Amino acid sequence: MQASLFVSCIVDQFFPEVGESTVRVLRRLGVDVDFPPGQTCCGQPAFNSGFWNEAKPLARRLLRQLEGKEHVVVPSGSCASMLRVFYAELLRDEPAALHAAKELAPRVYELSEFIVDVLKVTDASEIGGRPRREPEKVTYHEGCHLRRELGAVTQARALIGSAPGAELVEMEQPDVCCGFGGLFSVKYPDISGAMLADKIDDIRRTGAGAVAACDSSCLMQIGGGLRAQGLPIRTVHLAQLLDEAATPG
Amino acid sequence: MEATTKQFTQSAAKTLSDARIQDSLRGLYGGFSKARERAAEATPGWEEMRTRAQAVKSHTIANLDYYLEQVEARVTESGGNVFFAQDGEAASRYILDLAERESVKRVIKGKSMLSEEMDLNRLLAGAGVEVTETDLGEYLIQLAGDTPYHIIAPAIHMSKNRAAELLHRGVGAEGREWDTAELTAEARRQLRDKFIEADMGITGANFVVAETGTLVLVTNEGNGRMCTSMPRIHVAVMGMEKVAPTLEDMSMFLRLLTRSATGQRLSAYVTTVDGPRGPGDEDGPEQFHLVVVDNGRSRILADPHMREALNCIRCGACLNACPVYRKVGGHAYGWVYSGPIGAIVTPMLTNLPDSRDLPYASSLCGACREACPVRIDIPRMLLHLRRELAEGRNKNAPVAEAALMKVWRLSVSNSGTLAAANLIGRALRWPLLLLGRLLPPFSRWARYRELPRPVSPFRSRWKDIFRT
Ligand code: SF4
Repeated sequence: MQASLFVSCIVDQFFPEVGESTVRVLRRLGVDVDFPPGQTCCGQPAFNSGFWNEAKPLARRLLRQLEGKEHVVVPSGSCASMLRVFYAELLRDEPAALHAAKELAPRVYELSEFIVDVLKVTDASEIGGRPRREPEKVTYHEGCHLRRELGAVTQARALIGSAPGAELVEMEQPDVCCGFGGLFSVKYPDISGAMLADKIDDIRRTGAGAVAACDSSCLMQIGGGLRAQGLPIRTVHLAQLLDEAATPG
Repeated sequence: MEATTKQFTQSAAKTLSDARIQDSLRGLYGGFSKARERAAEATPGWEEMRTRAQAVKSHTIANLDYYLEQVEARVTESGGNVFFAQDGEAASRYILDLAERESVKRVIKGKSMLSEEMDLNRLLAGAGVEVTETDLGEYLIQLAGDTPYHIIAPAIHMSKNRAAELLHRGVGAEGREWDTAELTAEARRQLRDKFIEADMGITGANFVVAETGTLVLVTNEGNGRMCTSMPRIHVAVMGMEKVAPTLEDMSMFLRLLTRSATGQRLSAYVTTVDGPRGPGDEDGPEQFHLVVVDNGRSRILADPHMREALNCIRCGACLNACPVYRKVGGHAYGWVYSGPIGAIVTPMLTNLPDSRDLPYASSLCGACREACPVRIDIPRMLLHLRRELAEGRNKNAPVAEAALMKVWRLSVSNSGTLAAANLIGRALRWPLLLLGRLLPPFSRWARYRELPRPVSPFRSRWKDIFRT
């Protein structure tokens, strides 16, 4: 099986280790991974802020990079939504680009979707290896776009629940936004911060030692809040959790 | 009602620092929202019903002229009067003239958000007519001189003690705890005489059925029934989008409405009105007037990107589901409607530039759409309004924001410039972090979170580690 990786600009620039884990996990599952080198950003920050004219060239550019790829795997529910759902919206007045967007859409998968729905792996222990870390309780934060634009609710949970050394404990409000929302957190830092505080309370109440998610942007927000409060709870991207569980030794 | 949408940030800040209100807003998730989810789970075919309701609503709105004519014909046949008002002012004028003509001294009112748009209470009072709200929440709001906080629970921000203080006009209300039953009993005692003395009852309209001309009111206190049957004149004000083509459609909307609003399978009272008292009827008003109000709604109708906003059945589910509403509360939205639905209709019904915070004050999480019984795609409309503000006819984005967008776009527009930006970012890491701590809004960002650090990007690691 062939898959092309679109890592997203945030993973590329701030969380490259998530990209590394993604590659390792996919390779262990027998996937032939490639990385189209010209990729940058999907354009979502501009699209979400209303600057569609700034977002369009980025979208057209990425569509060219990903043209003809068998599967595109994205370790981010939000960026996967941009490609799969919002490109058709953004490019609705540009017939050629719209056509390319519609061609691409059904081949775009967020990482947990790809592992569960395409590779048909629901038991993370199949990824191989044995637990590297001490067993720990992991709680799962649902990314908003992953849940509501892509409709992927069960996939990541199945993988976390079956990852060696991880015990999934649900928080009370796993589906409530962490307050990031890109520009939203910059424009309205206090509202965003108040939402984050509730999220952190919810995480803390589970007694988990780690909070997992499928989006580095949520984890950046949540992790930033946890560190600011000095709480000993680590944030871990699904790709990293699966990678850790599978690392021999 | 005067819009205060420009003060969004200040008003939100006030609410954020009020611990008591934060507690009651936090309760909306476990309260209304969970009740809605349980009610939906217990209703077979819920998802299909939502889809059907969405289709019926969209069809009705697309053929609104046809259905409104039907409403007019049926209501007139049953002896009622129908008046089409282009704006709130025309609607209020009609009611004021009627009150004057009929020597109306006292009015009782059922809950109506539209009448808030029209500022009806103030205008009636100005004309020397005594107006009394009869929904408990609205009554408290009226006593406090306040505005509604929530579409279905207008006084949700009020503590019981504040309610007691208002009901007892401050006398003897302090120094003890009050329970809801006691407060309701007191309000009922005060309202009883008002019901008996009133010359005119004014209500809103949850639905008006086109095929029969039936007005439908949903309440939990039975006050709607009193307003429509006790005074000699009944006036109903309806937003022009509140039409249900058939009785069957209406019953579907009703099932969706009560479950989505409070998790109830049915509200305590559902009142239907088919015109004034007929020959042989034992009770009912002598006159029935239906005032159909546009007040900016045709602007929404004319905009294909926003039209779906008229599908709203005002259940309030999107407010309860919204993590931003649950932080900033109802007043921050600055006009009659709050929460996600307010964020899309207020800019359309008042004006977009003054309401520019409303479309942006959302993380676009989509919880509203997931909760909405008629599946209104609110996030898409927020995006559309943002686009209007950034690049559209209503363009008025801050220059700095537009410039920032351009710089950002250029820096990510190819891998070479992105690599350069990364190097600059890393080279300037300490100055940037320092700047981040000092410069608003980044400093306020940093109050809650640590900023991420630029590192060597994935693309170079790919070359080093993985490329074979
Ligand atoms: S938008 Fe939907 S959820 Fe919100 S009040 Fe209207 S019908 Fe209810």
